[in-house]
Amino acid sequence: MQSTVIPTLTVNGAEVALPGDPRVSLLDFLREHLQLSGTKKGCDQGACGACTVLVDGEKRILSCLALAVQYQGRAITSVEGLAQEGKLHPLQQAFIEHDGFQCGYCTPGQLCSALGMAAELRRGVPSYVTVDLSEQDIAFSSDEVRERMSGNLCRCGAYNGIVAALTEHHAASPQHAQRQPAGETS
Amino acid sequence: MTPFTFARAHDAHEAVRLGAAAGSKYLGGGTNLVDLMRESVEQPSTLVDVSGLSAGIEERPGGSLWIGAAASNTALAEHRIVRARFPLLSRAIAAGASGQIRNMATVAGNILQRTRCTYFYDQAGSRCNKRQPGQGCDALDGANRNHAVLGASSACVATHPSDMCVALAALDAVVHLEGSNGARCVPFLDFHLLPEDHPERETVMQPGELITAIELQPLPMAAHSSYRKVRDRASYAFALVSAAAALDIEDGVVKDVRLALGGVAHKPWRARIAEDALRGRPAGFAAFEAAAAAELLAARPLRDNGFKIELAQRTVVAVLGSLAARSAARS
Repeated sequence: MQSTVIPTLTVNGAEVALPGDPRVSLLDFLREHLQLSGTKKGCDQGACGACTVLVDGEKRILSCLALAVQYQGRAITSVEGLAQEGKLHPLQQAFIEHDGFQCGYCTPGQLCSALGMAAELRRGVPSYVTVDLSEQDIAFSSDEVRERMSGNLCRCGAYNGIVAALTEHHAASPQHAQRQPAGETS
Repeated sequence: MTPFTFARAHDAHEAVRLGAAAGSKYLGGGTNLVDLMRESVEQPSTLVDVSGLSAGIEERPGGSLWIGAAASNTALAEHRIVRARFPLLSRAIAAGASGQIRNMATVAGNILQRTRCTYFYDQAGSRCNKRQPGQGCDALDGANRNHAVLGASSACVATHPSDMCVALAALDAVVHLEGSNGARCVPFLDFHLLPEDHPERETVMQPGELITAIELQPLPMAAHSSYRKVRDRASYAFALVSAAAALDIEDGVVKDVRLALGGVAHKPWRARIAEDALRGRPAGFAAFEAAAAAELLAARPLRDNGFKIELAQRTVVAVLGSLAARSAARS
């Protein structure tokens, strides 16, 4: 028996129907079909990171190079899904406090990318600047952050503020607080 | 973007059946193919989504490492066996693209990515033998700073853009394929082709064939290996030149070595001449310089990329030198 289930995906917790045309990118789907214009179209060719969103929790991807149909059944979080109950996400608050933006166009991508990056760091994913690949606990550092965030360009040059915001958010995160004693006693 | 039909494959057999139709292309992470479709360089009539196929990475009886074609670049780079036994592969992957792209891109897609030659991309305004066989090559006498110095032809001077593939070339990986005539495997070094008169032919794959896995045989010396990439900015840029190397030194003498170069040719370049020149020689600056020079003897500069020859020379010496220093520190 043929089922007539309409293919869907979840965006910021809400189930939505996929577009019928497979050419629609996830980015255009968010912006033009769902009117979620927080995710930005910078280059539309995978060079700037402004379109970064999170998939199935904290996996960061570029929505401009993603076809929406390929994400059937998956859960997408865009910048609109970060604040909870009218309260900014702590990382959003940190961006404000540390001047992590000027024009703000790259900020939604920076935020989503930074949350994905933090999850990768917690998981022990190595980067090009990680010295010891056998090390599962990779230390948070400015060099690591700059390398790991290199896929997000900021034409205003707010990088120092962004690194400061990420550093504060990292220091305040519960996962870090739990692990801190073991790392600091050596 | 030209209209196409989208189909999701649930196993390799179904993928091959769907992929057998003329005009079909397999879709992995989409990081290169979607971009090329937007530029009308690629115009498939059907996309067969194979990103949900085997993504497992596991050790097989006999000690080889089996890497499912749909494993993400991130998953391979972070895998504990890769980090411990093949660090050059982990480092090469981490050197490529950005965190977001590495999360999306599959291993097979990385291998099959197309050149970033701007004339290849410029569908409307440039001639390209790779895009349209027989059309001519505007890179040959054009802006060719990023182009090949080894193994190029008068038909094509494009480079293969992958970092990961340079490590796979050094490691003698094996590519597992499945097609309508069954399964076969191809040594990674024979998988990509040099351009010669037919740069549109980039691999030995038959139409409709699918990469199902990559296999790495045990190579103990690869535990002491590295990848060095030189580019125009510190991160998120394609290689001007890169080198993947593993070095086994015993009593100050090169017992064995693996060396491959990226950014210099139409395919990941295994430096066999340099390897042969190094085995049995005292491990040191003089031997590294001579080996690199021997490999690069065949290099031919274009108008804008002559610097790559000396850069490759120095990159090889630097990566081998750092491995030798680490070897000395261990003993």
